[in-house]
Amino acid sequence: MSTLLEVADLQRSFGGGRTLFGRPRPAVRAVDGISFTLARGETLGLVGETGSGKSTLGRLVLRLIEPSGGQVRFEDKDVIGASPAALRAMRPRMQMVFQDPYGSLDPRMTASDIIGEPMTAHGIGRAESARRADALLEQVGLSRAMAARYPHEFSGGQRQRIGIARAIALDPSLVVLDEPVSALDVSVQAQILNLLADIQARSGVAFLFIAHDLGVVRHVSDNVAVMYLGRIVEIAPRDMLYGAPRHPYTVSLLSAVPRPDPAKERGKARIRPIGEIGSAAALPSGCRFHPRCPRARLVAERGGDTVQAAGARLPSICVRQDPMLAPPEGGADAARSTVSASGSRATVHLAACHFPHDD
Amino acid sequence: MSAAFELRGLTAAVPGEKRAIRLVEDVSLSVHAGETLAVVGESGSGKTVTFTSSLGLLPKPGRVIAGEALLEGVDLLKLRPEELRRTRGARIGMVFQDPLTGLNPVFRVSEQITEVLRAHLPISRSAARDRAVELLTRVQIPEAARRVDDYPHQFSGGMRQRVLTAMAIALGPRVLIADEPTTALDVTVQAQMLDLLGDLRDADGMAMVLITHDLGVVARQADRVAVMYAGRIVETGTVAEVFAAPRHPYTISLFRSIPDIEAPTGTRLTPIAGSPPDPARRPEGCAFAPRCFAVSDAAGCRSVRPLLAGVGHAASCHRQSMLETTA
Repeated sequence: MSTLLEVADLQRSFGGGRTLFGRPRPAVRAVDGISFTLARGETLGLVGETGSGKSTLGRLVLRLIEPSGGQVRFEDKDVIGASPAALRAMRPRMQMVFQDPYGSLDPRMTASDIIGEPMTAHGIGRAESARRADALLEQVGLSRAMAARYPHEFSGGQRQRIGIARAIALDPSLVVLDEPVSALDVSVQAQILNLLADIQARSGVAFLFIAHDLGVVRHVSDNVAVMYLGRIVEIAPRDMLYGAPRHPYTVSLLSAVPRPDPAKERGKARIRPIGEIGSAAALPSGCRFHPRCPRARLVAERGGDTVQAAGARLPSICVRQDPMLAPPEGGADAARSTVSASGSRATVHLAACHFPHDD
Repeated sequence: MSAAFELRGLTAAVPGEKRAIRLVEDVSLSVHAGETLAVVGESGSGKTVTFTSSLGLLPKPGRVIAGEALLEGVDLLKLRPEELRRTRGARIGMVFQDPLTGLNPVFRVSEQITEVLRAHLPISRSAARDRAVELLTRVQIPEAARRVDDYPHQFSGGMRQRVLTAMAIALGPRVLIADEPTTALDVTVQAQMLDLLGDLRDADGMAMVLITHDLGVVARQADRVAVMYAGRIVETGTVAEVFAAPRHPYTISLFRSIPDIEAPTGTRLTPIAGSPPDPARRPEGCAFAPRCFAVSDAAGCRSVRPLLAGVGHAASCHRQSMLETTA
């Protein structure tokens, strides 16, 4: 399948400059050199903890905020360099669904107006927009009778359906979904995940699905990228990433997820990262995960060139050298030949670690 | 052994247009020393109201209209306000979801912990401060002696939750009630927090109530579980029993709707249709009937309120016998 979205070395810093009292303020490198591609009709899941930069990345891709550097190509057109008019012409094809089904809908507009707004904004007549809004309401599992209601008259799950109807109104080829189900109860969350799967099967839209819930991301994604402090630290086809994670951070994340199975939960040996995610305003040297990395500590115990850092003995290379995303050593050809879930594209299993879990 | 904390027939309500709206109805549960009871439910199921009302913390005009809340045999609902306040602070600890609301942003952590201690114990300011450092050390805050004088905003979300936990255990409570203590935290920090709560429970022999919506957290942490729906307990039993063979259709549906990280891929989730009822408009009969896959008019699902039936592992469903034979 053809490439829909190509992101290359995308960057965004916030702040910097000086404080009111003249002291230099550290810049926050929220997104710091991200590259990936997304094929038509596929879903790339983006997981990471608070402060990993995943939401910023979603907004950068759609140029809802301006990047500090890097490239985004969408349907073979340059998004970052696009003029306001050119960007406006692309907008119908790239849409967004937000986390908060309470805050993201205008309380003074009816459901029909909310869904119809992007259509009228792009030159479709009011009557036609309203007619299509009715059809969209039914597509997302609501009824036409609800068209004249206001957001407060809907439940959280229904509001998220309205947000989705609005996003797909202009038949986009890409929708960025930022934590679309995390504010919903589990029973309602499953309804929305099924709805998204139906929409994708019917329309061939691609999703960039941003979430912190590893179970949800696994369920919806063809490929998955794990973010940590502004970087992708691991990216792979879904089953490879969950089945044989290579980066110690991914291993820790998967190990930390509590699963609804008491026997397995009780007997589980956990691999636990130390402490908490740092700040993108004070990035650690070398590998950004080194202050928390359980594997670096184990590797250092086996000997080799080590240093004292972050209150522990760690391999020097982890503290000094920033690791690049790379395929498994020697196994690159094997990895490359693996076919992604859609059966259409070969993808490599990349991890940014000096000592990945490749054994 | 008698329970450390027990609710019997607890019913709490707020005034409605025509009649009182029952937020929780006829809730009975118990938790013993050294044990964790998980209370599971979706938003509006009444899991939080159950505990705020039993501790006399339900905001007005809500009130308890029936039932008992027994702390080591003493009914909290019969205590005078001053007695209740002292008992609550000293013998029941509470940790809430949002670590920011539980801390006052303008006071140092040391001031907030010493205030709790000095309100209940005859100790000097400096002794209270020493005790505050010990407590922060117990909840594994690094460099506790230095950090004790920081303000809440200087701590991360996970560290704030630890500070609140330190305050909750400051007076050696017999019962610790933790309401979604890890929901606002990232998964790696959540794991650390759950370990800490388990360690504290074991070290002090506390009875622990863990209120959560996450069945994974229940499986990891709890001994017994009570599942709530629309203000009532619909299923209760040991975690092993309920997870191995859930009996209430609501519990069964919850399990089917979770995208588990080890489930076979490519499967479709089975969501529960509709959404939970508004407390003012709960249906007649079984409150889950409008969303239930096993609903039957013949069984009386739409007309008769089902009772929690069974010894140990109990469920409130008219179609129990059918579910058991088809399971």
